[in-house]
Parts: sequence; structure tokens; C-alpha cells
Amino acid sequence: MSSVIDWENTPNPVKENRGGVIGKPVDRYEGPLKVTGTAPYAYEVTPPSPPAYGVMVSAPIAKGRITAVDTAAAEAAPGVLLVWTHRNAPAQGPRPARYDFFTPSPRPALESDQVHYFGQQVAVVVADTLENAQAAAALVRLSYAEDPKAVVLAQHHAEAVQPPGESDVEIGDFEAAFAAAPVTVDDVWKTPLQNHCQMEPCATTAWWEGEQLTVHTSVQMVRFAQNSLAETLMMPHKQVRLLTRYVGGGFGGKGSFYEDLVLASLAARELGRPVKIAFSRQQMMHGTVHRPATEIRVRLGATPDGRLTALSLMTTTHCDRRGNFTEHASNFARSLYAAPNRLTGHRLVRLDLPVASAMRAPGEASGTLSLEVAMDELAEKLGMDPVELRILNEPQSDPETGKPFSIRQLVRCFREGAQMFGWDRRNPIPGRERDGRWLVGMGTAAAIRGNFLLPAKASFTVDAQGVVTVRQGMTDIGTGTYTVLAQIAAETLGVPLADVRVEIGDSELPPAPGSGGQFGAATAGSAALDAGMNLRTAIAELAANDPASPLYGGPAGAVVFQDGVVAIGNRSERLADLIGRNRPDGLTADGEVRPAADASQWSSHTYGAHYVEVGVDPVTGEVRTRRMLGVFAAGRILNWKTARSQLTGGMIWGVGSALTEGNAPDPRYGSLINQDLASYLVPVQADIGELDAIMLDEVDDKANPMGIKGVGELGISGAGAAVANAIYNACGVRVRDYPITPDKLLAGIIAAGG
Amino acid sequence: MKTTITVNGEPRALDLDPRTTLLDALREALRLTGAKKGCDHGQCGACTVLVNGVRINSCLSLAVMHDGDDVTTIEGVGAPDRLAPIQQAFLTEDAFQCGYCTPGQICSALGMLAEVAENWPSQETADLTGRVRLTDDELRERMSGNICRCSAYPQIVAAIRSAAGDLA
Amino acid sequence: MRPFTYERAASAEAAVKAAADRPNARFIAGGTNLLDLMKLEIETPAHLIDVGRLPLAAIEETAEGGLRIGAMASNSAVAAHAAVRSRYPVLTQAIVAGGSPQLRNKASVGGNLLQRTRCAYFYDTAKPCNKRAPGSGCGALEGLNRNAAIFGASEACIATHPSDMAVALSALGATVETLSNQGDRRRLELDELHRLPGETPQVETALAPGELITAVVLPPPPAGGQAYRKVRDRASYAAGLASVAVADGRIALGAVAPKPWRAAAAEAALAAGASPAEAIAAELAGAHDRGRNGFKIDLVARLVPAAIAQARGERP
Repeated sequence: MSSVIDWENTPNPVKENRGGVIGKPVDRYEGPLKVTGTAPYAYEVTPPSPPAYGVMVSAPIAKGRITAVDTAAAEAAPGVLLVWTHRNAPAQGPRPARYDFFTPSPRPALESDQVHYFGQQVAVVVADTLENAQAAAALVRLSYAEDPKAVVLAQHHAEAVQPPGESDVEIGDFEAAFAAAPVTVDDVWKTPLQNHCQMEPCATTAWWEGEQLTVHTSVQMVRFAQNSLAETLMMPHKQVRLLTRYVGGGFGGKGSFYEDLVLASLAARELGRPVKIAFSRQQMMHGTVHRPATEIRVRLGATPDGRLTALSLMTTTHCDRRGNFTEHASNFARSLYAAPNRLTGHRLVRLDLPVASAMRAPGEASGTLSLEVAMDELAEKLGMDPVELRILNEPQSDPETGKPFSIRQLVRCFREGAQMFGWDRRNPIPGRERDGRWLVGMGTAAAIRGNFLLPAKASFTVDAQGVVTVRQGMTDIGTGTYTVLAQIAAETLGVPLADVRVEIGDSELPPAPGSGGQFGAATAGSAALDAGMNLRTAIAELAANDPASPLYGGPAGAVVFQDGVVAIGNRSERLADLIGRNRPDGLTADGEVRPAADASQWSSHTYGAHYVEVGVDPVTGEVRTRRMLGVFAAGRILNWKTARSQLTGGMIWGVGSALTEGNAPDPRYGSLINQDLASYLVPVQADIGELDAIMLDEVDDKANPMGIKGVGELGISGAGAAVANAIYNACGVRVRDYPITPDKLLAGIIAAGG
Repeated sequence: MKTTITVNGEPRALDLDPRTTLLDALREALRLTGAKKGCDHGQCGACTVLVNGVRINSCLSLAVMHDGDDVTTIEGVGAPDRLAPIQQAFLTEDAFQCGYCTPGQICSALGMLAEVAENWPSQETADLTGRVRLTDDELRERMSGNICRCSAYPQIVAAIRSAAGDLA
Repeated sequence: MRPFTYERAASAEAAVKAAADRPNARFIAGGTNLLDLMKLEIETPAHLIDVGRLPLAAIEETAEGGLRIGAMASNSAVAAHAAVRSRYPVLTQAIVAGGSPQLRNKASVGGNLLQRTRCAYFYDTAKPCNKRAPGSGCGALEGLNRNAAIFGASEACIATHPSDMAVALSALGATVETLSNQGDRRRLELDELHRLPGETPQVETALAPGELITAVVLPPPPAGGQAYRKVRDRASYAAGLASVAVADGRIALGAVAPKPWRAAAAEAALAAGASPAEAIAAELAGAHDRGRNGFKIDLVARLVPAAIAQARGERP
């Protein structure tokens, strides 16, 4: 078992970076395929023979059961090969009573007559063409008996319970300290249900060769999906090969998998030919998962000079009746600001909505929209600059656990960001700055997101041409995994990037947990580094023991890897020559990483500071972001180009969460009002003004052997709050019910006499 | 129905169900899967191709409506070993992440630059009778028919600007 | 999509004859709205008559000093036309505020006028909707009706018309030329083209079955200033919360009614010397808050004076 002490004290090629590949802003490894449209996503893979096309039918009720099935018209429609409902779907493994993200378990499709949420898949039609399948799917006639349903969080607070296995965390005496505090903030912020809206709808192409199933699908977690699919199909894991080489966006929504995977697999078996099934965009909105709504009560108490004495976040949120997901919107507050008296916790309401699950920065994304605005309100009450208030309350160790921080540069993020952004030009009095028809304001907020490391494996192979291939059952969902694995390999083995191949997204490769929780690069990369180190050792020993090598006699420990050459002092040869002579079929080494036994002794997070300038049209309530700057500290950066893109992408998600994104349940039907991309509004190009992300130099040598951390979720954390604060600074109106759309802002402007 | 469409310079004779969209004809019949299906309803732009040089959503058009038309898809713009300047710019500027909207973004950018060359206005064009200047705001507005959920928007602006040279 | 047959019309006359001969036939030009709805089986034609390539795309001067715009001209072509930009800038501004460039490149002028509502309850076939399924009820009436109409709606339907272009055409006093399925030509005012829902929200226009829009005719441009303003939830590529076209003393509103809404009361008040704020208040006296769309009343009250000021060249 490794330890943080080992990580800190053991040098490795990534830390030393002699070749300079680590951190370099190299172009994406798979980029040439993506910019030419030749990277095959799951629905685009060419199967061994022409596929049949499946189309799913979704339930038009939120709760109840199917009482009658009439598939005669669908079955008689042109080209139809198969129509399945719960009446005739093949037997599958039983669904567990409760399930979570990481434990593989059966996920049977069309399993019963029960409908648990609007948009649940209740039938599938497979036909010879997509057009025929779509037309026939509309001919499936199902009758339903509806049960009463509950879908609106605000109407069911009375049913809120403590999430299973959790309890509130109280330090000191919060209530007493809050009651005694001379300056307080006490408000409730509401965030709506949100949809991931990955550009690629979930899709699967499946085929069988004898007892062996091959599926190309679009998921974030390879091994989880492969094992779960095998258990659903009640077959040995090894007979399922699952590939997911290109994923058109995940953001947590493809952390699990859906009926396309199961039904394509089953139908391909039944028909003896490849089958492909994709979700429609409309089906994605209900039929996958969503970020649940939250109501977050924030209470802050402070002394007149701005020191927090009491801090509380209490979140009420929801999940589906069978699920076990809590949007932990209060958790980040446990580590952000010093305050001697603290209370945080969550309440969960089970509703008859689709499945709630993780969406980019679960917890932080919603939670910062409350606390980081509350801090702005407190700063105003105190007559303090919001940046200075935060810096004043900077803790010296984790304010809840007292653990030391692995490294924390939040203050530096704020200081450097303020200078770069021109924060000193902010007028602290709202509504005073105008540019044409726009009132202009600035806002700031902190970013924080936890750091994680999970177990993973990897293998490295060097061949007789000196080409190094990384193999790992990892995914790249746009995060840059291909590229950073190539960089780790190039640096570790001292070969040019052009001589590195990366094979991921395949269940036959050494398993890694996948992409999610901002743990991907650290987890997959650390395993890859270990495999690379082991391959270095194997190569060095090969050279030292090969009489034909100039390196013969070693010492193996002194071998240097650089520019495709292995050398000891002035003795050297090409890596390709050494391998070609000794291992013409290539030399492979495996590696792995496990979380350090002593990792929990440190409080480890990524941090950042957001600065935003917006314009508000006081006539219409429209908001435009004009300038955004994020300054982040997230450990060693493997690739400054792809990391920056992750951060800027997250910041833009913050804009969406502040201004446009949200979905509302209609209690009469149990459905969500926005069912496509014309009604669920994610930001478009015109919504985003000047925007940049800066990354501070940092090494977190307690995070993992490379000293890196994740950046995929940090950018969204706090970004929306900074937008909200800038809106207030522009026009003097707080809207605590997100998103801040023109109707809500206009109501505030009018109420304020504007 | 018999339909002939010139795709990336090559006449392709097809026999299609009238219901087949141009997008599905490209992706399924011709196996040109560069144009993507993101929403199938004209709400995302991932399916953008050029028809007779003009950018459209190929999901909201029937293939049979394009008999005799000249269609350019991303595959006709360049290949991995010979990237067109706009493709190289997207790669260099990291103007994509998951890559799913990227072919549509690139085809849209080409169509957009042609529209600017034709002096077509947008809602950012203050002076409708003058010459369009491709400011960043103009560029952003004109590329707003292509959603990128990874939100590579600033990088897309940089890439198009770099490939477009000094059009502004 | 349900199966259908397809033909390409050789002429406008042949197109309307084909429509007369075939039950449940529909014209298709750009297809950007019709195909969207056919995929959802909200529209289920048995036969499509492709009129997109008919020689009806010209934009030409009229003897009266106006402009005749062929119905098959693309939205983009109209917006980019030099005469439209210089003499009818409100039309260009309205067109480029709608949809996306890709949609505008494909969508025709005739199709833009005939596009159907974006009401969520119309689009979701699991919901009641009197426009989609007459007699089934209105899901929006007691529902999440933030986007609903404040003018001209009925208990049967509170959906809005989504066009931006039509709002400008209304303010400009445009007329529409058609060819009936018997081959007869007629002209009607743009303001007469769209009907209010009343008890029959499924009947959206004054066109007879198989009647084809062949052109939109603009009268000579008005003497005074023009402006189009649209407010929406994001900066581009989104339906409006409210919009307004101002052309001299004429005012038309978008996204607030089942049709482009000529603000006749406001125009009359303005002509009588009322201030813009007073004038629009007169119009809004007839507005109806349906529960979640009441903000549109405040929004229109503020947006219209701003647009009038813009049209008059006043600084904000």
C-alpha cells in the first residue's frame, strides 16, 4: 500500500519533467479525427453486417402501470422485425432494490408493467430501417392506470428525511452563535432541476459472435457498464466486450447506462444481426438522469469587523423513489471558510421524477450558488470588499476537521485575479455604472472542488519500432484523457509524442474507474505512471542483461530514457534497437494505483476565484456576460491547453446555471416542461463574452504520485454565483431563485423602483 | 425514390425512402458519419452541412429535396492527414472537447465566413447599409446556431479568427 | 414520421392542382418547421408537394414603390437584400433575430409565416392540446404557461405565434399574395392572414386548404424610423419572451399573442398625441395574465417605449 509520504519523497519522470512534455499545451491526441468527423461515436461504428434499427417508446405517465398492450399495428408495419414490451421482453437479471453509481448490478429494461417516471422506456421496436422503426414505434398502443404522483419539491418538504447513513455535522454551537452574531445573513436559495444535454444522445451498436457480445456505447465508466450489462443479460462478464472510444459529452449523465445498451444487446441476440439504438433528444430529458433541484438555507453570522462566527448550509433536495442519490450541496462549505460554529446537512425528498444523479460538480455546482452569494450579501452589510471578506475568513487548517490542507492557494487566486481583472475599478454601490443601455456590474466568488483518487490499472507496451502503447479501460469524454496519457507515456519512457499510442475505452483493457468526479486524470494517470515506471525497470534490466547492448552490465538503476534512446552515461542505443533485438513482439508492463493509506490525514481540494462583469438592461431585465476571468489552483497541470479548456467550459456552465438553465415539473402530468434544446436553454456562443482561465503554478504532492488534481469540475464551482453577484452590483437586485431570467430580474427592478 | 446528390464533389445515386432526412442519408446510406445527430430538430447545429455552399441543418431537410444539389460535409473539408486550415485552427486552439459538435461547428464556420464575404447582416450588425465588420460580437452571434455543451466557445472564436485571417 | 409520398411541383399552378387532387397533402418549402413537427407526428401529411424550387424567390420593386418578396425567398436572402436593409431595416432586424443562420438559410418567407406555435404543450403529444388534438383541452391554461399569450387568446388556446419576421411585416403593413387550389389569385392583409384561436385553435390562418402563399408585398416604406427589439432568455437562438416592431407610427408585437399583434390601441393613442408609455398602456389594458406570463405585461410596457425611442433615433 502506498502512502502520501512515499509520493512526496519519491522522484518520478512526471515530477522531474526532463523532456518538458508534462504541462506542455500539446494538441489533442484524437483531435485530427474529431475535426474531420472521422472519430466513430457509438452509433457510427461499422458492425460486421448491416444493422437493424431500434427505436424506444416512452411512458406518457409519471406513475402507475401498463394495463393493456396492443402491438399489432406496430408488428404489421413495414420492415418491423421485433416489438417488445414488458410482456415479451427476454428474461434479465433482477434489479436490486437500491443501487448506486459504482456497484455493478443488473439494470433490466422493460422489466415489468410498473411505470416509475414520465419518459421511462416501455417498449422497443426494431426494424430494417430507422424510418420504419420510428414510424412503427408510434403505432405501439399501451394503456395505463395512473397512480397519484408527487413531483414538486416545494410541495413535499414534510416528507424530507435525513439521507440514509448521514447525519448533520455541527461544530461548536451554531444556533447560539448565530443568534448572538451582530451581523447576519439568513436566506434561501433555490436551484432548479437541470439536464446534462450532452451533444451526443446515448446510443449503442451491438452484435454477437456466438456467445460473445460486442457493444459500442457511450458511457463514462467502462468496467461498471460492462459488468452491469453482463449481469443484466445473466452471462459471464468476460463474454461481454464493451467499447466506448469516443464519448460525445458525459458530465455525469453517462456515469450509468440506459436501456439503449440493454435492448440493443438483447435485440441483436434475438435477431442474429447487429442492432443499434439511440435515444432521441426528447427521450434524453426524462429517460436518463438529471441534477435534482435544491433549496439551500444559508445562515451566516459575523462580527462587525467581518469575522465569521457562525456558518450553516442546510440543503433540501430530491431523488427518485428507488434511487439513493443526494445532491450534497452543503458539503463544500465544510472546508471553505473559517467559523468556529458550524452546521451543515441535507434533507432528501423522494419524488416520482426520473432518476436524480451526478451532474458536473455535484454538490458544489448548486451549493456555491447559495453561499457565495450570501458572502456577497454579508460583505455589503459589513461595508467590506467581498474579496477582503473572504480573505479575512481564510482558515489555516480545515475548519471542520482541523486537518492540514495538502496545499491551499485560494487567497493567491483571489489576489492575482483581482489584479488581472481590474477589480479595483468596481463601484461598491450597485447601479451606478452604465454603458449605453446596459448597467454594468462586477462580481466575484470562490471556487472549490474536492480531490479524489480511486484504484486503477494500466499497461504499457513498447514495440520493436520503439512505439509505446498505453492501454487502459479509461474514457475520454472530452476531458483530454487520450492526450494526457500520451504525455505521461512520452515523458516516462523518454519517447517523442509521435511514438505514443493510446488505447482506451475498451473493457478488455486494464480497468480504470472512468471519467467522473474530477478524478479521471489523477486516477488513470497515476496508474499509467506506475505502468510506465515498471516498463522502465523492465527495459533497464533487459539492457543491463543483454550482452549485445552498449548498456550491458548496467547498472540498471542508472538507465536514462530520452529522445527514444536508452543510455547510461555515454553508453547508449535506440530503444527500438534494444526491444527489436530482445523482444520483437514487444515488452509489456502493468501498473496500478491505490489511494494512499494515509491520504485522509489531509484536506485536499482544488480552488479558484471567479471575476465576472455583466451588463443588465434595466428596461428588459436581460443580462449579458461581458468579461469573465477564473484563476485556479489545481495541482500540477499536465496539459495547459486541455486543462484551460476544461476550466473555461466549466465557467460557461456556471453562466448557464445562473442565467438560463432549469427544468420545471408539471405536477399534473409529472413531466418536465422543457423536453428539447429549443426549450432547455444551454448557453450559446453569443451568451459568452471575453472569458479566460488562468492556472497558478502548483504541485500538490499529497494528492497522488504526480502531484496533479482534477480541473473538470472546478470551473463551474462558484462561476454562477459570481454572475449573480455581478448582476446585483449592476442593478441592485438579488434573485435567489435560479436561473436569473429576465422575468424575475425585471420584477426585482420594478419592485426596487427601477 | 431515386435521388442523385453530389456529395463532396462526387455524384451519389441513391434510392431512398422519402422520409429519409439529408442527415440520415449521409450517415446511414452513405456512411458519412461526420455530420452528427445531436437533436434531430434544428436546435443544436451538430448536423450542419453546406448545400450549394450555404450552411443548413441537414436534419430538417429531406434527402429527396436535394436531388441535383451539391453537398459538402466535414469529410469533404479535409482529412486527418491533410487538415484544412479551419480544421487545423480548431485543433491548435483546442476549439472542441468531446468533438461531437465539431464537424457542425466547422461547416458552420465555413458557411458563416462566406456569408460575411457576401456582406450578409446579423443582429449584431449596427449599420445595415455598410460593410459588415467581423468583430468578436459578430462572430459569436453568427456562430450561435451551433451549440457546444462542452462550451469551447472562446476557443472556437479564436480558431475561426485565426483561420479567417484578417477578414475583420 | 408516418409514410408519405413526395412530389416536386413544376409550377405554382401544378402545385395547387396537386394539393386539390390529394387529400391530406402539404406544401413543403424549407421544411424547417414542417419536418420538425412530422418527426413528432404532430403533423402527419400523406403527401408532400415540394414547392421550394418554384421560381417564386425573386425580390423586386413594385410599381407603387414597394417591394414584392417571393414566398420561396429564403429568410436570409430577404434579410440580406439591399433594398430591404436600406428601406425596411425593421424587417432585416426581425429576421436576423429569429432562429439560427442555418435555419434562416433554409426557411422560406411563406413557411416562416405559417410556422406553428412553440408552446410546450403543443409539442408534447402526451399532453392535451386543442390546437394539435381538437377537443382534448389546453394543457397550458393551468400549466407552466410562462410563454403564453397576453393578447388574443381564448380559453381553448393561449399559445403564441413564434415568428419574428411576421411582426415586422405587420408593422410595415404588408400584404400576402396567394394562389388558391382552384388557381385563383388573391391578396390579403398580413394582419388578416392569421386567425385568433377562439373555439378552433387548430385553424390558424385564413388560407383555404391547398392555398399557396406566392409572395409578400411591402408598401412603400413609411416616412418615420423603424426598429425591432426582441427579449429572450438567452442572447441568441431562442424564442422571444416579447418583441416589438416599430415602423413610423405603426407598432406590432411578437411572442405575446396567437398572431403578430398589431397594437391598434397604442397606435391610435400615439397618433392622438399620447406618450409612448401612455400609448402602450392603452394597449395593455386589454392584456390577460394567465398565471405565469404576467411579466410580459410589464416587459411590453417598458420595451415598446424603448423601441419607439430607438426608431426615433433617440439615445437610450
